[in-house]
Amino acid sequence: MKFANTTVPQEVQKENSPQLSKRQIWNKVFKGVCFTATAFSIAMLLILLVRIVTQGAGFLDWGLLTNFASRNAEDAGLLAALAGTIWLMLVTAPVSFILGVGTAVYLEEYAPRNKFTNLLQTNISNLAGVPSVVFGLLGLTIFNRLMGMGASVIAGGLTLSLLVLPIIVVASREAISAVPTDVKHASYAMGATKWQTIFRIVVPTALPGVLTGTILALSRAIGETAPILVLGALTYVASTPSNLFSNFTAMPVQIYNWTGRPQQEFQDIAAAGIIILLLMLLVMNSIAVFIRSKFQKRF
Amino acid sequence: MLLSLHLGNYLLRGCAEMEDRSKLSISERIEQRTKGSGSSSFMEKLMPIVFFICALISVLTTVGIVFTLLFETITFFSNVPFADFFASVEWYPFFSDPQYGIWPLVNGTLMIAGIAMLVAVPFGLGAAIYLSEYASEKVRKTVKPVLEVLAGIPTIVYGFFALTFVTPILRSIIPGMDIYNALSPGIIVGVMIIPMIASLSEDAMSSVPNSIRQGAFALGATRMEVTVKVVMPAALSGIIASFVLGISRAIGETMIVTVAGGASPTMTLDPTGAVQTMTAYIVQATQGDAGFGTPIYYSIYAVGMTLFVFTLAMNLLAHYISRRFREDY
Amino acid sequence: MQTKHENRSVEDNSINAEEKAPLAYNVEQLNLWYADNHALQDISMKIPEKSVTAIIGPSGCGKSTFIKTLNRMTEMNPIVKTNGSIKYRENEIFAKNFSVEYLRTKVGMVFQNPNPFPKSIYDNVTYGPKIHGIKDKKTLDEIVERSLKKAAIWDETKDRLKENAFGLSGGQQQRLCIARCLAIEPDIILMDEPTSALDPISTLKIEELVQELKKDYTIVIVTHNMQQAARISDSTAFFLNGVIVEHDQTDKIFSSPEKKETEDYISGRFG
Repeated sequence: MKFANTTVPQEVQKENSPQLSKRQIWNKVFKGVCFTATAFSIAMLLILLVRIVTQGAGFLDWGLLTNFASRNAEDAGLLAALAGTIWLMLVTAPVSFILGVGTAVYLEEYAPRNKFTNLLQTNISNLAGVPSVVFGLLGLTIFNRLMGMGASVIAGGLTLSLLVLPIIVVASREAISAVPTDVKHASYAMGATKWQTIFRIVVPTALPGVLTGTILALSRAIGETAPILVLGALTYVASTPSNLFSNFTAMPVQIYNWTGRPQQEFQDIAAAGIIILLLMLLVMNSIAVFIRSKFQKRF
Repeated sequence: MLLSLHLGNYLLRGCAEMEDRSKLSISERIEQRTKGSGSSSFMEKLMPIVFFICALISVLTTVGIVFTLLFETITFFSNVPFADFFASVEWYPFFSDPQYGIWPLVNGTLMIAGIAMLVAVPFGLGAAIYLSEYASEKVRKTVKPVLEVLAGIPTIVYGFFALTFVTPILRSIIPGMDIYNALSPGIIVGVMIIPMIASLSEDAMSSVPNSIRQGAFALGATRMEVTVKVVMPAALSGIIASFVLGISRAIGETMIVTVAGGASPTMTLDPTGAVQTMTAYIVQATQGDAGFGTPIYYSIYAVGMTLFVFTLAMNLLAHYISRRFREDY
Repeated sequence: MQTKHENRSVEDNSINAEEKAPLAYNVEQLNLWYADNHALQDISMKIPEKSVTAIIGPSGCGKSTFIKTLNRMTEMNPIVKTNGSIKYRENEIFAKNFSVEYLRTKVGMVFQNPNPFPKSIYDNVTYGPKIHGIKDKKTLDEIVERSLKKAAIWDETKDRLKENAFGLSGGQQQRLCIARCLAIEPDIILMDEPTSALDPISTLKIEELVQELKKDYTIVIVTHNMQQAARISDSTAFFLNGVIVEHDQTDKIFSSPEKKETEDYISGRFG
């Protein structure tokens, strides 16, 4: 029936053609609906960005970056939050990088094929699906209370490290498994040991992919609010952290605090704070994209 | 012993190479090194252990989460009867006569997740179909990063957007709507999940081999017919799995509902009123003055445990679906 | 069964002419399995030093597997099992206390596809010396120049040593791989179809290089190209279905082979 065949009698073709065009109309409608769905997502992103920029741009000034939080919206600034976020990243970046790459190297290069390795892999993919607020409870119990770190920079940084660990592991494994076997064999064939091959060939070759994954993981960590709040991070801090065991607040926590206030002015500087946060994310993502394109697959 | 063997063997090889001083020096130096390589064999033994410990941390994280939740939940149930938690439909932990019935929080959580899925499924799936079946390579390459950006926006930003932009608009449309309500954060949680459903479903549909599509096209089917009757059924397990993962994300989402959903744990199906989700309660309770050791303190673990079980079940279900019903092409 | 038995009793005639020449390798009763697939069966072969030994045979005959057994690269594949004996200059390479790293510093390998490291030309050549503890810049510089010269690629690369090796052409990359191998001054060089991915001119350059290197090194080369084997090797072994059918002086193999299979193969009747 649907065959476009020359042997089909004229009448059948005539009968068929209106049906065909009806089906083609449906196809067009369907395509339009799907296109609209795609456009909706992009439109939402645009509306969100435009809204936040128009609301917050007027409140961007140096004071926002150099002042501490304040009861008065005009004097309120992000200094403590900005410093707190940087301190957090100073903990999270190395910890999650080392743990993530180490795990990936183990799984790709050392792990035997057994049940425990399967368990490791399943565990990591399940960990990726655990709500971030639950990581907050883990941090609160283990780091804050059990280890006595309190609601400190190090407790927050470690909590975020565990939260983003699966992202780095997945990205690093992908990058490591993309290192050609041939190149590894060339190293072994020169009498290199396994560790020498991993350290001098595998990891350097996989590094662009690993770094890209790490930066994306950190940009996730920078925006996380719930785990830090639950851990006990303060929402009102008038100093920058001085060491790993200082109390801290972070950018998203400060934004949350301002959002929750009834006064319109605080919501406006919350918008300004969001602009700064999004700019930080933009910079990090640009670096990731740059690394990815600069060192794009050479194999 | 081995070393002397090498050395003896080396000498046996005759004088020809001995004359070539420079050559001998390099291979000799290497040989000496290979013999006395105590440090390198130490690294050889040490590094696998170091990497294994790194890998073990992720297991310890899971163990830590489970035990933390389990222990504190058990403590909670030593104060609050098990039956109250599951049978009572009132959640008033801050009252002088506290009530710990989990259902209002579950109700709030599921309502938000339900609204979110009403938004995310049609738009996410539509985008997936468009990108996988209709869009040119160029469009795909432009749109996918945009969706990634959407997925990368911190949830606190979405929460702010829901409270200060979406809610006022909804209130002007629906009279009598509360400032804090389920609808606004529900919609925005849905928007947040769109990229995830779009990308996972698109992966599932893109991996349907072209030969199957071409078979249907050869029969004169339109692209819509191919998509709906051939591609989607073939990719169904992946699509369903993406929905389930979406629900899991919606259930675990915290900041959007904390900021815009309110703090009123009520058994209601009215999306215009304030609700409280499990996640929002955890934030609320940890922000308050709930001292360590009080029933309120332990209640966050009981709620956290419930939340963890919900999301874990969803994740395992998604895993099962995509495994069990994976098509082998 | 008959033929198999016959194969096993093949006499190794290849080195009769120069009986006195010291052996680089003495392989005896080597068997190798990929899981249940018996890929090498009772291989016995003597490889004299400072000569070129070619290994020919149709694809899947085990010639690549054999050459990779000589530096124990087959162990990279966990399903591989071996037994039998390979003596590298009197040392049993399968012995428990024999260091595989030592073996591989003595036995260099050139692979089928050029596989330089994603590093600079300079770093490619110095990789071997560096991992074996040679660190001073002056020595490394000398090694780089000497190795690249020996591999006949110095003129093309001396002005771009710091550039990435991937910028070189396929043939240049392969010669760089040879230079990389020469940098640690091995005793033996194994070549696994080193020209199969190259154009005729690059192939010619590699063949000339092999002739040159033979003065200082023992070379074992696997090739699917019979003309190549005839051109460059001193002795040739013909592999078929995991056994050595014949191993003899190259001119003998190509002019008057003893076995019918050999004759069929070299006259192009199969493979």
